[in-house]
Amino acid sequence: MKAHVETLPVPEFENPAFNRPPPLQEARVAIVTSAALSQTGGLAKWTGDSTHFETIPAEARDLELGHVSPNFDRAGFHADINSVYPIDRLNELAEKGVIGSVANFHYAFAGNQPDSVSTLRLDSGPACARQMLEDAVDVVLLTPV
Amino acid sequence: MRFIAEKMSTPRALYADFPLGWPVGQPLDVEFQHRVLQAAFALLERPSGPVLYDFPERIESNPGEPLSCPLPARFDPNLHPAMDEAQALKHAYDRAAKKNGRTSVGRVIDADQIPGVLEKFARVADGEPWDQQGLAAPPMMLAHDIRAYYEELAFEIADGPIAAYGAERWFFDETEAGKVLIGARRSMQQAGAPHQEWFYMAPGSRQ
Repeated sequence: MKAHVETLPVPEFENPAFNRPPPLQEARVAIVTSAALSQTGGLAKWTGDSTHFETIPAEARDLELGHVSPNFDRAGFHADINSVYPIDRLNELAEKGVIGSVANFHYAFAGNQPDSVSTLRLDSGPACARQMLEDAVDVVLLTPV
Repeated sequence: MRFIAEKMSTPRALYADFPLGWPVGQPLDVEFQHRVLQAAFALLERPSGPVLYDFPERIESNPGEPLSCPLPARFDPNLHPAMDEAQALKHAYDRAAKKNGRTSVGRVIDADQIPGVLEKFARVADGEPWDQQGLAAPPMMLAHDIRAYYEELAFEIADGPIAAYGAERWFFDETEAGKVLIGARRSMQQAGAPHQEWFYMAPGSRQ
C-alpha cells in the first residue's frame, strides 16, 4: 500500500507557512485527524469523496471510524482510539503541565480526498481553521490516516 | 508518509514508520504514544522549517500473526456457517460496544442485521447474482459494517498482543464471515460487477 501511494501525485507548495507558537507549556492544543471520525450516528456522512469536517467535542468518546478505505489497519482504532486520536494523552499532558491546555473541540476530515484537495484547501480547511482560532488554539496535532 | 511530507513541505512533520492506521503508534501502549507526542511537540522548538524528523522507533508494518482469537463452535446446522458464527459472537460484540461506549458498526446496517446480510453474501459467493439479493446498501459499505462488527468484538475474546493487521488477518483468513466476503467479492468480479461495487469490500491485496 505504501509503495502504491508513493506513485501518486501530491500538491506541492513553494512557500509553505512556518511560524513559532507560544511555549508548549502555555499552548492550547487541538487534534485534527484524517480518520473521518464522527460521533454516534454520523457514519453515513462519510463517503468516498467527503470534503467536509466533523467537529468533535473534547469530552466525546462515542467515536466512529468513518474512513472508507479497507486497506489500513482499522482495528487499532477499535482497540484504542488514542492510536489515531490521542485525546486521552493530551489530557494527561495538560494535567502534567507539559501543554497549556486541550482545546474544547477537535476535528476530523476524511483521508480519502479528491486528488486536487482543492475544496479542503480553499473551503473546509479554512473554515476549520477559523473554528480553531475562535477556540484560541495555538498548536494543531495532525494525525494522518 | 515520508515522501508526502517532503513533497508538500509541511512545516513540521514527524515521520513515524508505523502501520497505516496507527499514526500515534501501538494501540494500548500509553508510554509509546507519549514518546511519539513528545517527539512531535519537540519540533515546535525548531526556529525554521520545513522540518522533517524521523521518529527513532519503528513498528513492523508487514502483516504478522493473526490475532489469537477463538471462534464459536458450530451450533445451528440449518444456518450458513457465517450466519451461525455471527449470531454466536453477538454477545461479545455487545460487551465491546458497552465497554467502549462506541461502535463503528452502523454505517448502513446495525449489528442485528449482520447475520442476515452474511447469508445474502454467502449466496453471492455461491454464484447467485449479487444485484438480485436485495442488498440494502452498496456491498462495500455492508462489508465495512461486517468487518467492524468482527474487529470490535475480537478484542473482547482475543488473547495476546496486537500486531499490525492481526485483526484483519484473523477476520479474512479465519472467520467464516471473512471467507464469505472474499468469496462474494471474487464472484462479483468474475460476474463483471462494476469495480467500485466489489473491489473495496476487502483490502486490495486480497484476491
